[in-house]
Amino acid sequence: MHKIILKAANICHSFGGLMALKDVDFAIKSGEIVGLIGPNGAGKTTLFNLFTGHYAPTRGEILFNNLRISGLKPYQITPLGIARTFQNIRLFGQMSVLDNVLTGQHCRTRTGLFGAIIRTRSSKKEESRAHKTAQEMLHFVNLGDKKNEYASNLSYGERRRLEIARALATDPTLLLLDEPAAGMNPQETADLIELIRQIRVKMDKTILLIEHDMKVVMGISERVAVLNYGRKIAEGTPGEVQKNEAVIKAYLGESA
Amino acid sequence: MIGPYYLQLLILIGINTIMATSLNLILGYTGQLSIGHAAFMSLGAYGSALVTLHFGFPFLVSLLCGALFAAFFGIIIGLPTLRLKGDYLAIATLGLGEIVRIVFLNLELTGGAVGLRGIPKKTTLLWVVLAVLFTVFILSRIIRSRIGRAFIAIREDETAADSMGINSTYYKTLCFGVGAFFAGLGGGLFAHYMRYLNPNSFGFMRSIEHLCMVVLGGLGNMWGAFIGATILTVTPELLRTVADLRLLIYGAVLVLMMRVRPQGLLGQPLRNGIPLLGRFFQQARPKL
Repeated sequence: MHKIILKAANICHSFGGLMALKDVDFAIKSGEIVGLIGPNGAGKTTLFNLFTGHYAPTRGEILFNNLRISGLKPYQITPLGIARTFQNIRLFGQMSVLDNVLTGQHCRTRTGLFGAIIRTRSSKKEESRAHKTAQEMLHFVNLGDKKNEYASNLSYGERRRLEIARALATDPTLLLLDEPAAGMNPQETADLIELIRQIRVKMDKTILLIEHDMKVVMGISERVAVLNYGRKIAEGTPGEVQKNEAVIKAYLGESA
Repeated sequence: MIGPYYLQLLILIGINTIMATSLNLILGYTGQLSIGHAAFMSLGAYGSALVTLHFGFPFLVSLLCGALFAAFFGIIIGLPTLRLKGDYLAIATLGLGEIVRIVFLNLELTGGAVGLRGIPKKTTLLWVVLAVLFTVFILSRIIRSRIGRAFIAIREDETAADSMGINSTYYKTLCFGVGAFFAGLGGGLFAHYMRYLNPNSFGFMRSIEHLCMVVLGGLGNMWGAFIGATILTVTPELLRTVADLRLLIYGAVLVLMMRVRPQGLLGQPLRNGIPLLGRFFQQARPKL
């Protein structure tokens, strides 16, 4: 069946004396959409930062396609095929929308100083290929007509979509979305759910998303993992997780 | 044709344009607050002058040697210091600029405090114009490429740039090397025009002057650096008749500029009300 592409074993991560993650085991199979939920401060974003190399785990190891990635830097991990978006959108504000997405193609292009100055034939070819990919991504997230705007001039929902397009432009196999629906109105949320489905169907990506909006998580995830106080307390189909005692306790507190 | 006075003014405008555009690459495009640009200029100036004096190389080769010498030190200096951000980097580059000046002041080879004399006059207006065009051409090509996008991405958000697979240490060092190369070119032209070099011509104030040119013209704008260099070369000359008030007026213009148009004459629009320069003084810690 589907093979495991990301595997985290016994992950621990501490910030000083605070254990943000304790012995977390986690795996994602190729082609899945997995939801990661948990109360605030449960360690969800920390786990993301470990997967993308922004932190190195205090203990444990992370394998991506059987390659050890824990300890590598973000710029080394991205070319291997993991891309992410950020909880508090991090676009390149004073760059055009198109340039933002072109930046995603950075790790798929090679032109050096010489090629950039001389504009060699291969660098021109590479540049036009990158442009083509970037345009495709922009059309995919429905921002094709905004390509010359500054990213900072986009609306909130558009910025979220642009961040996804930029991440897709790095040509990942695994896409990590950190609260993609945060702050969106119901219409934007519905569009986003559709977009995430499209990413899987048309682009054949594996997706891991952190989300507080249960309609989104339960609507599109095939599997949901729940973190609380740095531990994984449950994992299963959305239906199973919703009935899980520990999860209900974590979200609603002890019943009287 | 042109009188010697105007000729000198044009040559200085040209050299300052090279200095400002090369600093603009570091400061305006890559967003690294470097206040030691005069040090790279002096490395290029002394490097090319010494090569001319001792080996008698042709002018173009001397210029190239000086520029490469500056670029080499730009990379050496950039590697450790570019791990710092914002005002910390500013202080480190300021310190390194002073170190370079003091080394030249005490080196026998460079004539020490007496200065280096007898450099042949080779810089002409034509050379300067060609050098300016060369600088602007190369830098524009770099900025409008994958490398330029990486520079700007680092300026805008280093964490996000890392996530795009951009090795920010590599690109910051590259930018420092290229910036220092052209600063060294400007220094070489300066040396072969003035015919005399003194370490104190490349002090802290010279670096601040370059910084002001870039800020006045507009950070991250090619034309801005040219206009800033022109204005700040010509204005002190125009104010020569009121010499006592020169620095006062000069300062007032800059203060006024910061108040009414902080993004510079041709700079990019403000983001969230904060001009590019202001961002250097925000907390420079990585946020996730």
